[in-house]
Amino acid sequence: MPSEEKNKKNQEDSGGSSADIQSIEMRLLLEAVFLRYGYDFRNYSKSHLRRRIVHHLGMNSLSSVSELQAKIMWDRSAFNRLMTDLSINVTEMFRDPEFYQAFRTQVIPMLSTYAHIKIWHAGCSTGEEVYSLAILLKEAGLLGRAQIYATDFNKYVLEVAREGIYRQQEIELYEQNYLKAGGQGKLSDYYTSRYGSVIFDKSLTKKVVFVDHNLATDGVFAEVNVIVCRNVLIYFDRILQSRVIDLFYHSLPGMGVLCLGTRESLRFSEWESSFAVMDPVNKIFKKDPTLAP
Amino acid sequence: MIRAIVIGASFGGIEAIREILLHLTPEVRVPVFVVLHIGNNRIDGFVNFLNNHTHFLVSDACDKDEVLPGHVYFAPPNYHLMIEDDQTLTLSVDAKINFSRPSIDVLFESAAWVYGRDLLGILLTGSNADGAHGMTVIKQCGGTTIVEDPRTATSGVMPMAAIERTIPDLILPLREIAPRVCSILGC
Repeated sequence: MPSEEKNKKNQEDSGGSSADIQSIEMRLLLEAVFLRYGYDFRNYSKSHLRRRIVHHLGMNSLSSVSELQAKIMWDRSAFNRLMTDLSINVTEMFRDPEFYQAFRTQVIPMLSTYAHIKIWHAGCSTGEEVYSLAILLKEAGLLGRAQIYATDFNKYVLEVAREGIYRQQEIELYEQNYLKAGGQGKLSDYYTSRYGSVIFDKSLTKKVVFVDHNLATDGVFAEVNVIVCRNVLIYFDRILQSRVIDLFYHSLPGMGVLCLGTRESLRFSEWESSFAVMDPVNKIFKKDPTLAP
Repeated sequence: MIRAIVIGASFGGIEAIREILLHLTPEVRVPVFVVLHIGNNRIDGFVNFLNNHTHFLVSDACDKDEVLPGHVYFAPPNYHLMIEDDQTLTLSVDAKINFSRPSIDVLFESAAWVYGRDLLGILLTGSNADGAHGMTVIKQCGGTTIVEDPRTATSGVMPMAAIERTIPDLILPLREIAPRVCSILGC
């Protein structure tokens, strides 16, 4: 029996559907990526990775995940293209304006009593929310004494974030978000328009350091007063979520603030009960060491 | 055996989803996942109504929620909803698909990969083409598909787009969908 037919027969005998086979291929691919390049996607959400990988196959005219695996093993530029497709997260300025409103009323008053403020924006992607936070701090008169670490493991998005140039067509949404977030001026006070793009004022990022940091593999790198990590955990499985919360716990002093996305939670972390809930809707938490883990 | 139901709807979807969920009998004990295009508006009110008037426990999904029988999970506004092999839910803020987040295609595709032939997909009224690709993936994975009859739907564009892309197992007027779902599930 020719091998192709034999394979097909084996596959039928074992009841393996093409979806099941693709799951196996995916696991092998993630292992290959980790062993060959050191990037660890093995505890990312499988459904999320699968969607992006299937999309990547289509865009690169590849017929199977196995074919992609063979390609990226020997071709670094092919791997870089895959990395881009796996790691870029879409964001917008003042995404969930209610969160920024809550941050203004609940977190800012506390921060204003500190002489120095350190903020870690983890998984900052292309930086839209870093600029949002900087604007908010500026309007509260706190930007001068703040230090913001904006991190992502994708160097390309960090470069975009550093430049602070965004598409003009998005700006109308950002203006609306800014106003709903309780902005005190006009968003246009902070950018200039050129060639169909907007470029944000460099004074906003004077106190921002953009750093390469991988939540899946790297450790604590600074003690900070506030961690903002919104809509990043949703891309991880429970195990990796727990690891990252552990990292956050150890990066915060007592009374340190943790801000997650509105649909995210601490429930897979052993530290859940060591955080007091400041805002249950906007998912703002405060580390309270007096609460037992 | 059907182990899960996915429903997608856009313009006119609130009424259509209500009609279906109100008429599914208590014996329908599979999870139901729903994408309803509703812009950035909240769906709490609709979810409350359904909790009070249907046999299901209805919620808008949170990340990593466990999939339970007899529950209806709505994709929250501005998030895509996906299902994991281990019967948990994943949300994502990936780019809009068909100008939509949540997108019906994203939900249907991920459910098709997880449930294969044990999935029932229902595409209802709507005025865009979201869901057509998702219905083809459900078919490819061996699942069953029902499309609301475009002639009687509030907006026939979405059902029509699906019918042009794939051959659904059934094309039914809205009122006949829930009874047929019950009979497919043997309830």
